[in-house]
Amino acid sequence: MSVGIVLLAHTALRRVEQVARHWAQGGCPVVIHVDGTVPDPRYAALRRRLEGQPLIGFAPRHRCEWGGWGIVAASRDAAQMVLDGFEDVTHVYLTSGACLPLRPVGELRAFLARHPETDFIESARPSDVPWTVGGFEQDRFDLYFPFSWQRQRWLFDKAVTLQRRLGINRARPVGLHPHMGSQWWCLTRVTLRRILTDPKRPAHDRYFKRVWIPDESYFQTLARRHARRIESRSLTLSRFDSQGKPHVFHDDHLELLQESGSFVARKIWPHADRLYDTFLSPARRPARVASDPARIDRLFEKAGRRRTRGRPGLYMQSRYPHDGWENGATAGPYSVFHGFTDLFDGFEAWLAKTTGTRVHGHLFAPDRAQFSNGQRFVSGALSDHAGLRDANPKAFLTSLIWNTRGERQCFQHGPRDTPGVMTFMAPDPNAQISVITGAWAVSLCRSGISVEACVAKARRLQAREHKAVAHLRARTARAQIRIWSLADFMRNPVPNLLAVTREIATAPQQHLNEAPVLQDLEGLAAFLQALRNHGLHLPSVGPFPQDGGEASEDIHARAVGGQGA
Amino acid sequence: MADRTKRIRRSDLLVFATQRNEARRLPYFLEHYRRMGVGHFLIVDNDSTDGGDRFLAAQPDVSLWRSTASYRRARFGMDWMNALLTRYGHGHWCLTVDPDELFVFPFCDTRPLRALTDWLDASRIRSFSAMLLDMYPKGPLDACRYQPGQNPMEIACWFDAGNYAMTRNSALGNLWIRGGPRARSFFADVPEQAPALNKIPLVRWHRRFAYVSSTHMLLPRGLNAVYDEWGGEKASGILLHTKLLDGFAARAEEEVRRGEHYGAAREYRAYAREAARNPDFWCPHSERFLNWRQLEVLGLMSKGNWA
Repeated sequence: MSVGIVLLAHTALRRVEQVARHWAQGGCPVVIHVDGTVPDPRYAALRRRLEGQPLIGFAPRHRCEWGGWGIVAASRDAAQMVLDGFEDVTHVYLTSGACLPLRPVGELRAFLARHPETDFIESARPSDVPWTVGGFEQDRFDLYFPFSWQRQRWLFDKAVTLQRRLGINRARPVGLHPHMGSQWWCLTRVTLRRILTDPKRPAHDRYFKRVWIPDESYFQTLARRHARRIESRSLTLSRFDSQGKPHVFHDDHLELLQESGSFVARKIWPHADRLYDTFLSPARRPARVASDPARIDRLFEKAGRRRTRGRPGLYMQSRYPHDGWENGATAGPYSVFHGFTDLFDGFEAWLAKTTGTRVHGHLFAPDRAQFSNGQRFVSGALSDHAGLRDANPKAFLTSLIWNTRGERQCFQHGPRDTPGVMTFMAPDPNAQISVITGAWAVSLCRSGISVEACVAKARRLQAREHKAVAHLRARTARAQIRIWSLADFMRNPVPNLLAVTREIATAPQQHLNEAPVLQDLEGLAAFLQALRNHGLHLPSVGPFPQDGGEASEDIHARAVGGQGA
Repeated sequence: MADRTKRIRRSDLLVFATQRNEARRLPYFLEHYRRMGVGHFLIVDNDSTDGGDRFLAAQPDVSLWRSTASYRRARFGMDWMNALLTRYGHGHWCLTVDPDELFVFPFCDTRPLRALTDWLDASRIRSFSAMLLDMYPKGPLDACRYQPGQNPMEIACWFDAGNYAMTRNSALGNLWIRGGPRARSFFADVPEQAPALNKIPLVRWHRRFAYVSSTHMLLPRGLNAVYDEWGGEKASGILLHTKLLDGFAARAEEEVRRGEHYGAAREYRAYAREAARNPDFWCPHSERFLNWRQLEVLGLMSKGNWA
């Protein structure tokens, strides 16, 4: 027995010659079809070079255009030649000029000898095929396709639209159930003979001449009609990318191909010398056991995802998504604390210790980004310079989160900081934003500045804070947001704080050994009352418990006294 | 000075460059691009005085033209480049780079440039982005002397991995990318004046294409769509920029005197001012260059769906 090879070629004829000789040396007859578009001198040169090879023949040439009938006609004529010319051929294997045999020819023959009645052809119902590009699964059988997709795209599209509108649904020859699959099949002599001598062949051919991409459906459909046993898979390893074009194998895929266990792979890059040299070497040892045939799929799947989904949180020269299309505006979760440093003494150090995260100061402080430990640069050589940061605060933040992937970043934020970045963080589900509104009053109270001077400051801080909080309360906000007024928070300070840190701790939190130290709030109520007495409305602070009238007088006196001292 | 353009074959990959007094960098520059399979170099020499022009004229795969005209009036060399590209680039994959720019692309250590351009052809992609990545040595620039023919990465092997900011240019559709060591060292107070790092150096040239400003952007606009806007990543490369080597300060002073550079050589003024202090760009968070895979993992370039 023997397997006959049909070889469809349209370019890289040197490689075609090389592969044809390889098959022939292995005892397989080869019929080569050279695309009608190849210039005659080049065709003639190939014929000359292969002259005198008893096992290598040439099929009548057709013009093959992608998606058209020519490829089917070429395969059919060539297959016919194999059957007629080589009596001992039991299987015909359809390959292309970019196919490379990965395993010794003997192994393929032995394999086929074990399956004398099996047709290896991927053949599935159109409705089950998710991989076609353009959604033509059913349409390709129901509409007419008189125009070339590559050369006459406009007409092609118009014709499809028009036919859809007219509700065109072609009559199908009786007994034909459309199936489709990989173009690269290996059929038995019996099945092929039945397909080629089917009395209804003229009707089949008429029908398929106007089907879209018939090379993926002609034999696939007719095999269903004539085969004794179909194994619905291709013996040729071939993968398509998200655009629907075949992945090309290069020298660095050598190991992957060796591990694939497939008999033939396509497409091979014509200049991949190492692949051709290795796999066509006469000294080629029997294939290793396929150690990991799925590796190739994982590789290409990953590549496809990289192209369509990209890496979340990355902004770079070839990935710059529109708002809302980032698949994650930032690379990972991070936490923003607003007002906590006003309220707790040594909050940053405590937070770092409790949660095991990277804790920065106010990253958007007006003078510079307060990186942890007073660093001037952090990962990625991101600088603390305010000018660089404020030129593009969003880029600053997304760079920081990207550069520190794997380490959660926490930073402080407040009404004294450069605003603007809140509009970006509020809709970001990666952001955990915890706000104590009015906490700035604690620092203000402790600053010792006179109440009169504080009023203007307080008014400005409250207004800025209000603006930031408005973003967090907007309908578009998707961050994990907690907002307390100072009074609310103070009712239960430690449990409130724990609710936040519990979510971000890297290690399971023990009971809190060391609670953070609250600032001394004595005199705060009076200070707030004094601000109110100066006509300031303080909704952000909330209903802070009153100490009584005297306290208000006291702090006024203290502040005035402080000023005098 | 040496017109060997007759030797250009139809499928050749071409490099287009303008150079002035880069004799030291030229040997490695040619080696780098020859190794990836470039077939011919088309170079305009702008009045060199260091013998670089003679060196180039003697190379069998270089065609050299000489211009003593003003670099500034030739729109910083772009008029020369566009003229050569129109004349010789049509139908070829053309790489337009400076002598201090070394192109790196996905799989460049295992696949030649033609593998990339074949893939781009099959994917119907006409232009390919490669951001400029400023490389610098550790320690003052003048501490280590670069020798002709030496791989500059042996000295300037450090770079900034993640301090780049980008905005979209609505007029031509390209991205403006700024950042890196020059931005943080020289332009921190005026970041909008920092040099642009976005580049589209590799183009399947057609005679109606034209570079608009350096190789930052092209016409027609569609060629600038080298980035994905729907979350995915397109494939892209990197231009390793070896400007920051010894002699940088002297060069900056000279360029200020000539005043032939963009924005009244504003950039070089800043360099000259700072470079006189023999600056050290290195910081504890600088990254040491290994290979393209490292740049890919860091997110500076991408394989896209090329696998």
